[in-house]
Amino acid sequence: MLDHLSFETPKPKTIAGAKYDWELVIGMEVHAQVASNAKLFSGASTTFGAEPNSNVAFVDAAMPGMLPVINEFCVAQAVRTGLGMKAAINLKSAFDRKNYFYPDLPQGYQISQLYHPIVGEGEVIVDMGPGVARKVRIERIHLEQDAGKSIHDMDPNMSFVDLNRTGVALMEIVSRPDIRGPEEAAAYVAKMRQLLRYLGTCDGNMQNGNLRADVNVSVCRPGQYEKYQESQDFSHLGTRCEIKNMNSMRFIQQAIDYEARRQIAILEDGGAVDQETRLYDADKGETRSMRSKEEAHDYRYFPCPDLLPLEIEQGWVDDIEATLPELPDAKKARFVNDFGLSEYDAGVLTAEVENADYFEKVAEGNDGKLAANWVINELFGRLKKDDDKDITDSPVSPEQLGGIIALIAKGDISGKIAKDLFEIVYTEGGDPAQIVEARGMKQVTDTGAIEAAVDQVIADNPAQVEKAKQNPKLAGWFVGQVMKATGGKANPKAVNQIVAAKLGI
Amino acid sequence: MSIDIDTARRVAHLARIAVDEKDLPALAGELSNILTFMEQLNEVDVEGVAPMTSVTPMRLKRREDKVTDGDYQEQILSNAPDAREGFFAVPKVVE
Repeated sequence: MLDHLSFETPKPKTIAGAKYDWELVIGMEVHAQVASNAKLFSGASTTFGAEPNSNVAFVDAAMPGMLPVINEFCVAQAVRTGLGMKAAINLKSAFDRKNYFYPDLPQGYQISQLYHPIVGEGEVIVDMGPGVARKVRIERIHLEQDAGKSIHDMDPNMSFVDLNRTGVALMEIVSRPDIRGPEEAAAYVAKMRQLLRYLGTCDGNMQNGNLRADVNVSVCRPGQYEKYQESQDFSHLGTRCEIKNMNSMRFIQQAIDYEARRQIAILEDGGAVDQETRLYDADKGETRSMRSKEEAHDYRYFPCPDLLPLEIEQGWVDDIEATLPELPDAKKARFVNDFGLSEYDAGVLTAEVENADYFEKVAEGNDGKLAANWVINELFGRLKKDDDKDITDSPVSPEQLGGIIALIAKGDISGKIAKDLFEIVYTEGGDPAQIVEARGMKQVTDTGAIEAAVDQVIADNPAQVEKAKQNPKLAGWFVGQVMKATGGKANPKAVNQIVAAKLGI
Repeated sequence: MSIDIDTARRVAHLARIAVDEKDLPALAGELSNILTFMEQLNEVDVEGVAPMTSVTPMRLKRREDKVTDGDYQEQILSNAPDAREGFFAVPKVVE
């Protein structure tokens, strides 16, 4: 079965330094909040935007004696995500404590999975344009607790802490350093978001911080990366810096670009890049060192004594696999192969699963390309004008749009009338076929009626007729008059033929 | 492996435990003794023996994905030295 389109690998981004050319090497850690009702180890709610410290159980607040009990659905979500990335599922995984102090981490440690993650190696195809894509290897996915939120701008001397997010399940999705430029990095996050949303394992809301990324950036001279690929030996690559907590595709690109240039300048000056954690300051457009984090880097991991190893059964994994939806790559390939769409159009329609579902309903019983054109150009365009409405709030249902397209295909209405009809259905609703019938919008294909209209126009404009006989291009004027007289309902092809015949040109 | 005074000071700091400078040598000695004991354990050949995580065979207990807890802001904040407008208020921490 052909479930992927064939693709070529994009060229790595090259940055010209003062002395040499440099290539970028990027690896990402994507933190995706698991879509679940309750937290990973407590029965508190995960709802965003609740009263501060109301979605907090005593477990989350780390009250003495409270013990974590794992939410099985969160485990299922991680497995589902792994399967969606064609990854190995580890039937036995375990939880560790990552120890550090911060006011929004009441336990003084985060329960994570360092040594035995639940998901092993997988891969993701990152589309970079028609026929061009990067295959990015996934190293692992592990489950861990999110931390709370500190707010620094409510008081000049105090920070305010909200523990509502404390203990919500996160998936940390770790890639190999297979990403080769800022655009690829943004496209990788976009693909990750699309996959997670198709799978229903994370809502992908970057604004709320439900999807955020740590970006590891290093630079190397051309040729070095290939040596790394052959040997998997990191010594061929440059020293990396980690840019923490990015939640915007635009900032990810800007930060990588800045960071790469910073490293190149250091190296060309004969210096060495320090491996460190950095923050991106979007206002200044630069990354800066988080020196205070350096000492805290000694996380003193050890197995969490409160939790037995997590053992799951292959049958349970198989059951989850059986419920996987059709994923973006397969859907896109099917749209290209079955509906004859261009890869670009298929990509637009599959970007969000809601769009793809809508399109498929429109295309049912209709020409796929025509359906794609109408969904992408007319519907998306109209929704955008209408306060950037979501497709799920579209006033035109897929059945209605399908009805309009069927009327065009049958020859009942012209493409131009179809646009008017679309606007009527959009603003007033109703069944397209009935509207066409009731408002007399049907295309006139009855040659008798068209001939009568042509005769009338010719009889009314003898001077024009003479001119047209000298200059046949003027036939267009007659066609226009006939269309006007028939309220745009005459079949344009028939009008053209009859005008030409009657004028004898 | 033995723990010197600097390491003992660092471990105490990482754990946010205030230790008097004069107590550090004794503490370093105690930690070294513990590590020496661990080294002794490490001499046992456990090749091919799976680590034991529980005395009786037990499966990790699971919960359903249901909201069964929370919604008691007042109790959560009741031990806090300072709380304002539903938040814990702590000395300013900014990166």
